[in-house]
Amino acid sequence: MSESKSSYSAPGLEGVVDDWSADKQAFDMPWGKLMMWIFLLSDTFIFSIFLTGYMNVRMSATEAWPNPSEVFALEIAGVHLPLLLIAIMTFVLITSSGTMAMAVNYAYRGDRRRTVMFMALTALLGASFVGMQAFEWTKLIVEEGVRPWSNPMGASQFGSTFFMITGFHGMHVTAGVIYLSIVARKVGRGDYERKGYAIVEITGLYWHFVDLVWVFIFAFFYLW
Amino acid sequence: MSDVAGQQHPIGIYLKIWVLLFVLSTLSYLVDYFQLEGFLRWTLILIFMFLKAGFIVAIFMHLTWERLALKMTLLLPVIAIIVLIALMAIEGEYVNVTRFQFFDR
Repeated sequence: MSESKSSYSAPGLEGVVDDWSADKQAFDMPWGKLMMWIFLLSDTFIFSIFLTGYMNVRMSATEAWPNPSEVFALEIAGVHLPLLLIAIMTFVLITSSGTMAMAVNYAYRGDRRRTVMFMALTALLGASFVGMQAFEWTKLIVEEGVRPWSNPMGASQFGSTFFMITGFHGMHVTAGVIYLSIVARKVGRGDYERKGYAIVEITGLYWHFVDLVWVFIFAFFYLW
Repeated sequence: MSDVAGQQHPIGIYLKIWVLLFVLSTLSYLVDYFQLEGFLRWTLILIFMFLKAGFIVAIFMHLTWERLALKMTLLLPVIAIIVLIALMAIEGEYVNVTRFQFFDR
């Protein structure tokens, strides 16, 4: 592959034309990685449509929108803390993104033991995120009486958008935990010794995307 | 494709970005904690959000080190999303106005 490597060296716009027009594959990467990027682009559209739908519904609602800062507040030892659980969830997900980046790094260094360790840690943090989300949903449904069609705090659209957006994101996290566990197990078994460790980077792309989506949900749903 | 061609960068950069994301998250949480209101609140939320998203995509997902062909493939379609957001914002505002005018709730 060493001589074909040089044909991907032109920088900038000239390089784009070169990559597309020359007699070679347009994107210089394993096909799995490109496919993951394309999938993530389509997923970006799905989440954007959800969040845009949420924006539209919130703007057009005539009743007052429930104050997320209050809805998601926690009472710990008599101290009222707004949005505490959500903040913890955010930190957990960011930390899992950090450990995932480390896993990718160690995978390319060929350190299998550390790769598996960091991937397992990432999966564990992801699972704890889903656990906290389950707690959040339970509290919202049982204690606050929020339903997809109504809630006692204000605009009824609050419930439907909340359950749809965070539910879809939670599903992504759950799928990611399963994906990570499978790939980590195969890395540990040495299945990729000959194929190379691009798979860890591909898994990482998915995981970072899940974190990326949460950044937007956190900003638009919980903070706005 | 050999695995040597993969993305390899010093660990330090990941740790720095990690800390940075922590700081940015804390700052955006503080926006809510101090109950900032109105224009200031929205601007701060958006600034912290775009910074966090940018660092995740650029460093953790290695987009900075990818070729321009991939960057364009991934970033240009986002224009369509921006158009959708603009259209739906106009439409949401319009529905809201009509509801108040004709349904009195």
